[in-house]
Amino acid sequence: METLRMETRDLTVYYGKKAGVRGVSLPIYDRKITALIGPSGCGKTTYLRALNRMHDLNPIVRIEGQVLLDGEGVYASGMDPVVIRRRVGMVFQRPTPFPTMSIFENVVAGLKLVGVRDRDRLMGVAERSLKAAALWDEVKDRLHEPAVGLSGGQQQRISIARALAVEPEVLLMDEPTSALDPISTQAIEDLLARLKEQVTIVIVTHNMQQAARVSDYTAFFLNGDMIEFGPTEKIFTNPADERTEAYITGRFG
Amino acid sequence: MRERLYGKLGDRIFIAALVTLGGAVMFIAALMAWELWSGGAKAFRTFGFWGFVFGREWNVITGQFGAWPFLVGTVITSAVALALAFLPSLAAAIAIAEYAPRWLGEVIAYLVDLLAALPSVVYGLWGIFVLVPLVRDRVEQPLFLWSAEHAPALMGLLGPPTGIGMLSAVLVLALMIVPYASSLARDAIRLVPREQREAMYALGATRWEVVRRVVLPYARGGIFAGVILALARALGETMAVTMLIGNGHQLPYSVFGPAATMASVIANEFTEAEGGLQLASLLAVGFLLFLLSLVVNFAADWILRRMSVGEGHE
Repeated sequence: METLRMETRDLTVYYGKKAGVRGVSLPIYDRKITALIGPSGCGKTTYLRALNRMHDLNPIVRIEGQVLLDGEGVYASGMDPVVIRRRVGMVFQRPTPFPTMSIFENVVAGLKLVGVRDRDRLMGVAERSLKAAALWDEVKDRLHEPAVGLSGGQQQRISIARALAVEPEVLLMDEPTSALDPISTQAIEDLLARLKEQVTIVIVTHNMQQAARVSDYTAFFLNGDMIEFGPTEKIFTNPADERTEAYITGRFG
Repeated sequence: MRERLYGKLGDRIFIAALVTLGGAVMFIAALMAWELWSGGAKAFRTFGFWGFVFGREWNVITGQFGAWPFLVGTVITSAVALALAFLPSLAAAIAIAEYAPRWLGEVIAYLVDLLAALPSVVYGLWGIFVLVPLVRDRVEQPLFLWSAEHAPALMGLLGPPTGIGMLSAVLVLALMIVPYASSLARDAIRLVPREQREAMYALGATRWEVVRRVVLPYARGGIFAGVILALARALGETMAVTMLIGNGHQLPYSVFGPAATMASVIANEFTEAEGGLQLASLLAVGFLLFLLSLVVNFAADWILRRMSVGEGHE
């Protein structure tokens, strides 16, 4: 039986007066990969960013409904967004290495925030995270070189390693391979299959084949509404809604 | 190919105009350096180049001229003013770009920039009528009396508490250079990509942690460029400093007492320079100031190139 890690209930995200996402209720199962698919502007990224309170940074955004993490309200009063973001990590569309930091410093940046100073411990975490991101063998001899010297695919895996280093319960990925070449994309997809043993993953993707390949559950978004959610196999072989079928068979989007 | 690209008449006129104007700028700069050098040649010949640079005596009566007191004065006032101005400038930039609501940030930014638009003679007047009495009565005299009673050894270092002197000049100078350091820092901070900030927020950083660990390191090139611009401004500032610094040539300078900078001595003595040697010496001081600014700019350029953070390369 699946256990819930996160859940949204009737989640609506307003940009000013306009709703980017309307009334979305969705379960996010523990140590599974949930893919959010849909055409551009459908609200899937908006939904994703509501899960770790990234919208807090934008004063015009207003959230209604509930987001639950282990049964607790993410937006409940007294919940610190800083703590939420530590428990729910995020990887962005474009690789975001910190350009003034070395590879090592990038990976442990989150640990330094919580005050970890012990060099051996930092090195241990860096090694473990880089191995988990399938990057260790490529960078172990140049950990103290600038992270911006790496290729785009390696930089994205640095971003993943950096997110994993703080041991989040959930990892949100916003089109993590859309800026990468096919080989790097392959490397990251292979990585996802192994990562889900440790961490719950929610991935936004434009690429339906990618969703079909890597995810266990899929939610289809259209114009701010969540149209259909179910096991990936069912969504892709036998969707209940005709709009889902139209999208996955390539008739629009 | 070349002819086709540049063959059109309009293009040819445009390029000729560019080359002429660009060349004129370089020519004028070189001419300035040459004029200062040849005007000061007599002083350099009389005292020797290094003899003039390190000469501690500036005496119109005996005809002894050395630039060292003014070099020291320029470097000390500029460095201290920069040290005083740096943190407030950076703080203002961070407050405007990161913390203040948009409208308030605009207002503060406008007011800070306004500081740069005031003519320096106005700073000088404000210094004489407002700052000098304040500094004299509230800072210098109490400190002087205290040291007279408890630490007489300090009295020489402090100098006469008249209000006119190094301290007042440095304070006004610091105020004058704040907008230069601040506005470049502000622009650099605003240019830090949103993705960089979000990446740090997503790791569980607070706002201050994002500023400290991502924004400031990323913007460090622009912040440093602002510091250099402010320093260049301080090195050359003439009017306000001349009005406030007391114009004393005697090394060592004291904290409250009169001092002089390269720019202030030129402004002060140029109109009444007696004899060719004094005039030549003033021009030679001008040449040294030109050289100092050049060195500062080249050094800054070199450091800036190593500090700047561009887009991550593939």
